[in-house]
Amino acid sequence: MSGPSTYEPKTGFTKWLDARLPIVRLGWDSFVDFPTPRNLNYWYTFGGILSVCLVIQIITGIVLAMHYVPHIDHAFASVQRIDRDVNFGWLIRSIHAVGASMFFLAVYMHIFRGLYYGSYKAPRELLWILGVVIYLLMMAAAFLGYVLPWGQMSYWGAMVITNLLGAFPIIGGPITEWLWGGFSVGNATLNRFFSLHYLIPFLIAGVVALHIWALHVPGNNNPTGIEVKSNRDTLPFHPYYTSKDGFAIALFMVIFAFFVFYWPDALGHSDNFIPADPLVTPALIVPEWYLLPFYAILRAVPDKLGGVLLMFGSIGILFVLPWLDTSKVRSMRYRPLARWFFGFFVIACLGLGWAGAELPDTLVPGLGALGVDFLLLGRVLTVYYFAYFLVILPLLGFVEKPSERPASIEASVLGGSSKSAPAAAPAE
Amino acid sequence: MRLIRTLFIAAAGALAAVGFASAAGEYRKPEPFTFSFDGPFGTFDRGAMQRGFYVYQQICAACHSLEHLAIRHLGQRGGPFHDPAYPNPNDNPVVRAIAAEYIVEDGPDEFGEMFERPGRPSDRFPSPYANEQQGRAANNGAYPPDLSIITRARHYGAPYLRSLMLGYGEEAPDYIDLRPGLYYNPYFPGGLIAMPPQFEDGLLEYADGTEATAEQMAYDLTVFLHWASDPHMEQRKQLGLMVMLYLLILCGLLYATYRQIWRKVEH
Amino acid sequence: MTEATQTNGAHGEEPSRRDFIYIATGGTLAVGGAFTIWPFIDQMNPAADVLALASTEVNISELEEGQEITVIYRESPHFVRRRTAAEVESARDVNVASLPDRDARNFNLGDGAPATDENRSALTAEIAEGVEIDDALRASLLVTSANCTHLGCVPTEGAGDYNAWFCPCHGSHYDTSGRIRRGPAPENLSIPIMTFISASVLRLG
Repeated sequence: MSGPSTYEPKTGFTKWLDARLPIVRLGWDSFVDFPTPRNLNYWYTFGGILSVCLVIQIITGIVLAMHYVPHIDHAFASVQRIDRDVNFGWLIRSIHAVGASMFFLAVYMHIFRGLYYGSYKAPRELLWILGVVIYLLMMAAAFLGYVLPWGQMSYWGAMVITNLLGAFPIIGGPITEWLWGGFSVGNATLNRFFSLHYLIPFLIAGVVALHIWALHVPGNNNPTGIEVKSNRDTLPFHPYYTSKDGFAIALFMVIFAFFVFYWPDALGHSDNFIPADPLVTPALIVPEWYLLPFYAILRAVPDKLGGVLLMFGSIGILFVLPWLDTSKVRSMRYRPLARWFFGFFVIACLGLGWAGAELPDTLVPGLGALGVDFLLLGRVLTVYYFAYFLVILPLLGFVEKPSERPASIEASVLGGSSKSAPAAAPAE
Repeated sequence: MRLIRTLFIAAAGALAAVGFASAAGEYRKPEPFTFSFDGPFGTFDRGAMQRGFYVYQQICAACHSLEHLAIRHLGQRGGPFHDPAYPNPNDNPVVRAIAAEYIVEDGPDEFGEMFERPGRPSDRFPSPYANEQQGRAANNGAYPPDLSIITRARHYGAPYLRSLMLGYGEEAPDYIDLRPGLYYNPYFPGGLIAMPPQFEDGLLEYADGTEATAEQMAYDLTVFLHWASDPHMEQRKQLGLMVMLYLLILCGLLYATYRQIWRKVEH
Repeated sequence: MTEATQTNGAHGEEPSRRDFIYIATGGTLAVGGAFTIWPFIDQMNPAADVLALASTEVNISELEEGQEITVIYRESPHFVRRRTAAEVESARDVNVASLPDRDARNFNLGDGAPATDENRSALTAEIAEGVEIDDALRASLLVTSANCTHLGCVPTEGAGDYNAWFCPCHGSHYDTSGRIRRGPAPENLSIPIMTFISASVLRLG
């Protein structure tokens, strides 16, 4: 899709540079004159939003590392000192903590958008897989970071998650001890988690570069799922999508700032303001909201190893998704059945999150009369989660009759077909 | 697309529900109470903070530490004894006088001995116990928690603390086994608390003439401890207002720019 | 792309309106960016707890004549010396105009005070209310930073041309008033804020 470069160095210096290190050309071809489908809606702005989130996390994280002490006797107090005594420490820590949630909020929008418009399908399988790698790295970074304040949730979260690996036969025990650097979660664990928490964002940045590279070979997918056919289907990235992304980023910042300034503790857990105590387990151990669905899947299985495998499988399945979906049509805009199953899938993910937040034997409000507790809810939704990938998407390609699609992106924009009208609406 | 939008709204709702509804254990929800620090423009009630600090000193400090706070924090911007004339809280005479009332351990001196001296504003509040074991031994095995971040460390925050302090005196339900040394308090998770009731009307005499009813003391203490938990709250909300206004203006301008650029493009 | 080009004459006002929107947006972004940077710079300044510890109390009652102790004030060493009468005498005999650095470098006095020995000794210290302290003792006390003004090494006591302080790193000689006399150091050793809070305790900062 990316045609010949349109960059023309004008001054003597840029010509000199371009002959030796064509970095300006790279930037120009990737972010200025890059041909982008003209019909991208606001769901496509989350890529830009995520880049901003990554930069915010890295900058605030580097700053926090200047004041944080990775030692079990000082970690909690050093975080308190950041909140109380470091100049603007309360602000920077709040941005970092809320930023983690915002990062996941944006990445979920990004992932669901990819699922709905079929962005994982050929020729974008690698682009999708790199995205899943980024998501895995994000979860690792988030988990490691949550341990650092060394509150009760930090300690017991680390305990529960590291013990997951103990489920594997034979190697489980040695691996867990290797991870801990001791016989339990302790100072050695905290130190290495800090080191790795500092490392992972830079790995993410590297994979993001690959992700963007892999995006720029086939070019963007778009809400119609139809490939670009002529230059009438596209617009240069700048100024069209820089301005659209810029507006979306600013809007996202409003939500971000609302939490930072008015509700900083809403996305965290009050138990993490109690210093870690290896003798007392909190009444309810829950991960951060963005990991709750996986926690529910873990608990859905009565067997320890089975639960762990299923939980890892729930993410692993995303790697093979491009080959599970058999439909020839990319966008669910033209897949009347798949849309419904996708809708239920989103609801299932939210439901799993809810189930993960509650005690397993608590009755579900509204369904209590039927004897449905959160364990059962979690199990039903886990089945649907896997069925969506393993049964529904593979079969739907054979069963479903896609609706009529426009001839091209240009036709979908100018043709004013009734199906594309709602998609254009949010852009207005 | 409409489907997705509906789902998005549902997602936001579910997220909020998860945020609220993850209470653990069997205990009564705290009595609703409106504090002056609630809401986006909330500020601390300065008189209540000062009285609350007095309540802490006179009653709580015997068992509860305030380990993440230094005495100087009382005089910092937003603190109970802040005085704009003393931007450095170490110079604030009220704070200095409070500090001087404490005896703190310092040292070692040139002979290697620890010694005691009057407190200075830069000192932390001395802990009532040398270590956790001593605290447990003195309290039937129950360690009185540190109060520095208490309202942020409890699920319902400030209203919980207020209700807890006033929550004694009810008859314990039958299923609760009231062992000696424990008290029934429906607001405490599990209902059994090792802390005896602390407040009764007229227990203290406030310097500002406010009548020290149990209700008043619980309110004052809650305000003080909420400040201690979140000392930059006022600054945070003030800055937040400016940031939100800025972002809304920026959103407007960026939207205008976006529309201007896309004006002639069908999309 | 052709649709995007300006062709309609009815929009004659457009360019200025358009420019205004772009400039206003760019300007707003620039201002917001500038304000955003500040917290990230300010966080590296000394934190409130560091500033709060910025005072040190020195017990001077047990200091013998000619004895020197080193105390830590604001995380750096400071000399506290009770000088002998001869040392004070020799420091006072110096013509200030002949010094490499004529400024007293005394935070109790501020910039521009001449570098006389009186202006460098503890005579410049504040005396807390109700404290009585002997003038001769105050004149004999000298408190200075122990970091050479050249590159920060700690000078050796009782050495160099003036038998006072000599910096071994690059050979700076200081006199009995802590003033630079010879060598690469540009300034006299600085003198911190001092207060006699009792007859036996001098507070720095």
